Amino acid sequence: MLEKIRTAPAPIVRPNAAYDYDELVQEDRVHQLIYTDPAIFTAEMTHVFGATWVYLAHESQIPKPDDFFTTRLGLRPIIMVRDAQGQVRALFNRCTHRGTTLCRLERGSARMFRCPYHGWAFLNSGKLQTVPWRDGYACDFDDPKFNVAQVPRVESYRGFIFGTLNMAAMPLTDYLGPISGPIDEWLDRHPGGRVVIREANRLMYRGNWKLAYDNSSDGYHVIFSHRSLLETENRLAEEGDKGMSFYKGRPDDAPMYVAYMGNGHHFKDKRPNIEKRPGALWEIEGAAPGTEHVEGELRRKLGARALEALDLCASEPVNINVFPNLSILGNHIQVIEPLSVDTTNTTWYGTAVVDEAGIWGDAIHDINALRMRTQEQFPNFGEVDDLANFEEIQRGLAAQEDEWVYMHRGLGVPGRIRVADNGVITAPATDEVFMREYIKEWRRLMRTPPQLSIRREP
Amino acid sequence: MNSATRAAHDPSRTSHYVTDALYRDVVAWFTDWQREDRAVTDAAARDTFRRLVEREARLLDNDLLEEWAAMLAPECIYWIPASANGGDPRREITITFDDRRRLEDRIYRLRTGYAWSQKPKSRTVRLVGNVEAFICRHDPQARMLRSNVLISEFRGFETRCLAGWCAHRLRERAGGWEITVRQLNLIDCDRNLRNPSVIL
Repeated sequence: MLEKIRTAPAPIVRPNAAYDYDELVQEDRVHQLIYTDPAIFTAEMTHVFGATWVYLAHESQIPKPDDFFTTRLGLRPIIMVRDAQGQVRALFNRCTHRGTTLCRLERGSARMFRCPYHGWAFLNSGKLQTVPWRDGYACDFDDPKFNVAQVPRVESYRGFIFGTLNMAAMPLTDYLGPISGPIDEWLDRHPGGRVVIREANRLMYRGNWKLAYDNSSDGYHVIFSHRSLLETENRLAEEGDKGMSFYKGRPDDAPMYVAYMGNGHHFKDKRPNIEKRPGALWEIEGAAPGTEHVEGELRRKLGARALEALDLCASEPVNINVFPNLSILGNHIQVIEPLSVDTTNTTWYGTAVVDEAGIWGDAIHDINALRMRTQEQFPNFGEVDDLANFEEIQRGLAAQEDEWVYMHRGLGVPGRIRVADNGVITAPATDEVFMREYIKEWRRLMRTPPQLSIRREP
Repeated sequence: MNSATRAAHDPSRTSHYVTDALYRDVVAWFTDWQREDRAVTDAAARDTFRRLVEREARLLDNDLLEEWAAMLAPECIYWIPASANGGDPRREITITFDDRRRLEDRIYRLRTGYAWSQKPKSRTVRLVGNVEAFICRHDPQARMLRSNVLISEFRGFETRCLAGWCAHRLRERAGGWEITVRQLNLIDCDRNLRNPSVIL
């Protein structure tokens, strides 16, 4: 059963009705209000985190029937569940009786969710199963309105599960469009073309969520924001070429590039900096706990295949950003979770390699143990400095009379930006074209009255 | 071992000791260890361990990170789990699972002057207490400590509190004790943390 939602056109609390988004988002700059205004944030929770496909979970978080994982769609509390029949659903974590959250655990396995408040119990399909002392009610509890609300469209792309409240949204594969190319390549470097999530580096900052999405293909900040990391990861390296050293000198002269891939998605591809041969990725990986030991073990166990295994321990040099909240960075699956206009979680889920075919034998344990340690480096030594800078942007924007934030690097410079036949726009690594383009998509969504629906079991 | 091999195995420069066996040992040492029947009751010994965690807190609060790092064995582990039960670092991401080299990376980074998350630096005061010592059941020469930690951290505009409990594994060295593994269990370790950039 579908219910159309009466969405107030952007619940604006300001006296002057609605914003002119053409004024707020200009060719070369955006107004600070898009990062600071609580009313715009509230509107984003329907216009963006509602009307587009939003990343919800990875299938490895709910591998078996009855597994669940609690998360959010925008601010809506969600239970991601694989129901008893194996169907993945995104249930609103909200009792239909009094609105209480039904599930307070982060993850687990359950056939039924019983509300702790008055004992209404729901199957993990969302269907109401029991109501205590039903004889005290005159209503018909077979009416679907008492079943838990759920996200009407939930689709998976190769293990990445997305949901939208917009029945008119294009199919997920169309929405992803060209960005599915880098996603496929990222997955296909792993045996069986898949990974599993293994815990997370969980961070939070006092700043607007878009500051993280602005940053995640930004090749301009690296040498400055991450200077402490670059110095640290090269302190013992003879060649001084570890990690992100290819940003040294003039990053725009390097073969890496940024790309705008449509529908708000953007991509920074650093792979062209590295030779295409086994072991090339491993050579630039910074030191991690166990590096020398595991390298020795893999060479001993695998001989010539060791380099390929070591590359699985090394960080894949890509930033694949799926609008509005998913970033595949190195080997992490990072999720941007807006909490309020100036509070955001960035959760960096770690990924492990699965080797169902047994091609790596017991070396898979060495590979994954080292892969955990290499993944811990960036959140500890890199991301913390970015988040500090995002917080300082939010603080700087309190100077409200200085209204504009610029994203015009590369704009108007002849020969810098290329548009391919499929619409993909590419530019040198430090270009801000991806920011200008995604924010236009944001502007389009913010101007469009969202048509949202929820679904209940019949 | 000749001097070249020894240099090649300097844990400040290379990492040969983070092996599957070490992971297995660490997980075993930190499982089911807080047992009454193995508690250290001798007052002088308990005082020694209390002084050790107090000294550690003082060195960290005073930004004497190199001196603090010298309290840890050359082949040490500094571990902050990301899951409330400690988890298995072989199979999952932790907040931090540093060996000696990465611990020195951590200190080096804070000293570069470009670690923006620590510019300005945090000021901290730690309260450590409830110190209990246990004899390690895998090695009667080793000790395990449990202590509670409350870190008040002032940075920028506000003071926040980080709370947790610490587990130390100690072994004797030259008449004293050195830390081989230091595990810090934040009570909110599986929630999103703001700016976890000081050594906790």
